[in-house]
Amino acid sequence: MSPMILLETRDLIKRYGDAVVLDKVNLEVEEGDFLALVGPNGAGKTTLLRIMGAIERPTSGKIYYKGEIVGGAEALRRASTMVFQRAVVFSGSVYENVAYGLRLRGLSKGEVDRRVGEALRQVGLEGFERRNAGKLSGGEQQRVSLARAIALDVELLLLDEPTANLDPRSSAIMERIISWINSERRVTTVLATHNLSQAENLSGKVALLMDGKLTQMGDADQLLRNPLGPMRSFVKRENIFLGEAVPEGDGITSIVLQNDLKVVAATPMRGKVIARVHPEDIIVSLSPIASSARNVLRGEVTGITDRGGCVMLTVNAGNEFVVRITHKSFREMGLTLGTSVYLVFKASAVEVM
Amino acid sequence: MVEAIIEGFEKAFQLILSGDPEVLSISARSILISGTATLLAAAWSLPLGLVIGVRSFRGKRIVRSTFNALLGIPAVALGVILYLALSRSGPLGFFHMLYTPLGIALGQAILITPIAVSFITSAIESVDPEIHRLAKTLGASETEASFAVLRESTGGVALAVTASFNRAVAELGVALMIGGNIRGSTRVLTTAIAMETGRGELALGIALAIILLLLVAAISVLMNVLGGRR
Repeated sequence: MSPMILLETRDLIKRYGDAVVLDKVNLEVEEGDFLALVGPNGAGKTTLLRIMGAIERPTSGKIYYKGEIVGGAEALRRASTMVFQRAVVFSGSVYENVAYGLRLRGLSKGEVDRRVGEALRQVGLEGFERRNAGKLSGGEQQRVSLARAIALDVELLLLDEPTANLDPRSSAIMERIISWINSERRVTTVLATHNLSQAENLSGKVALLMDGKLTQMGDADQLLRNPLGPMRSFVKRENIFLGEAVPEGDGITSIVLQNDLKVVAATPMRGKVIARVHPEDIIVSLSPIASSARNVLRGEVTGITDRGGCVMLTVNAGNEFVVRITHKSFREMGLTLGTSVYLVFKASAVEVM
Repeated sequence: MVEAIIEGFEKAFQLILSGDPEVLSISARSILISGTATLLAAAWSLPLGLVIGVRSFRGKRIVRSTFNALLGIPAVALGVILYLALSRSGPLGFFHMLYTPLGIALGQAILITPIAVSFITSAIESVDPEIHRLAKTLGASETEASFAVLRESTGGVALAVTASFNRAVAELGVALMIGGNIRGSTRVLTTAIAMETGRGELALGIALAIILLLLVAAISVLMNVLGGRR
């Protein structure tokens, strides 16, 4: 028997004034799924999550929950909950924060106490009940957000880049809890992220949202390791490369990419890997510079795109890299198509998955 | 003049410490009338402030600007308008509220509504907009989510209520025009101060003014303390 479709959107459109944020999105989420919604910033991921969680209404289109059309927002709102990108807490204690949704559901004091205690234990915040939620660190506040979701025992968990503002240690803790919620508690989970390594590590399925359109959906492993079509161009835009990793000792790994281009990463890995360098982590210089950065690649500017607040350069350095620089740097360096440049980035800026 | 002021201070403390029944009853009436006005104004300003602060609707800026513009409405001008409306031949004459404490309370409530609405709206708008969404995603209805936002703005709302009460208790125009300064019925601190000073009873005027200042200061301190507990 095929798994039940928990939530389905049909021809979902969302407009803010003249801007179309979601354009006829048809998406199915099966019960127990872990779906990663990937796409660049501004693709509509957050809006889609908010509509799926019934905290925003679509301009048009239908939402089905367990096969039935969702009319009023409240039923879906009670069956799901969302964790926001920036940790948000009510003023008051951690207990008050986790208990809020439970009290709305009319649970007894004893049951509220039990569920709050259990949820805080699961996220490693046992004994934090009386602490002021506003005074916790960002990572702890996000764990309070997850505790709220665990306590509510919802069927659908919506996560909007929940680790985007966290340090690596807090991100790892969050990812462990999120994975546990999906695998052990069997909570259907939809995660919006532009971090492809996170999408690959956590999810079973991945959907690509570009400019408000759902352009591709499929098995996460397959789609992220062998990207084709729109996913390929998204991956390219994000400086994601397939390569072969060889450890070199001292915690350094050498990764041979296509065209025999070699980059150095600060993660000990071996075998086939995906390497990623954020466009904002790459420095462009006109001559080689003496620095501690382990990667210095020579290339040529092959594309220039004005992105409003910044300029995106495409530089062919054996492989095509996308680099984000400011307008001021762009003008001062006098860059044009064909300019010879050096790309400089630290080994620790190379994400390996 | 200096002597009168010194004498005023002495008399003020004498009156306060001796528990002069006339002064006590005027002070109590002021608190009661302006307290009622503040409760009335809060009753309609809270939901109004919530709607303006949380919802987005066409004409929202015009509504906000109107309340801001009305912040400085002269009490005496409002007093004249209400006097005409509440007088026996006026459109609201059948309420028989002219020269009654309730009439003053209603007039003061109208006078302080722009303060209450503007301050409450600002307090609500200063709350993180994600709080409204957070409440909703935890299962709250629109109304419950609005209450969650209101709870987050308690300090600002307390300030709005304090400022409204202080404006009401310290105004003269409405109390004089609608109340008429009738002894034992509608005489409040401000009308009594005006009357005593006009009669040349400077010391008594100053004494009542000091009581008024102490009252305003006490309410502000009390609200600050209560606000600081959160």
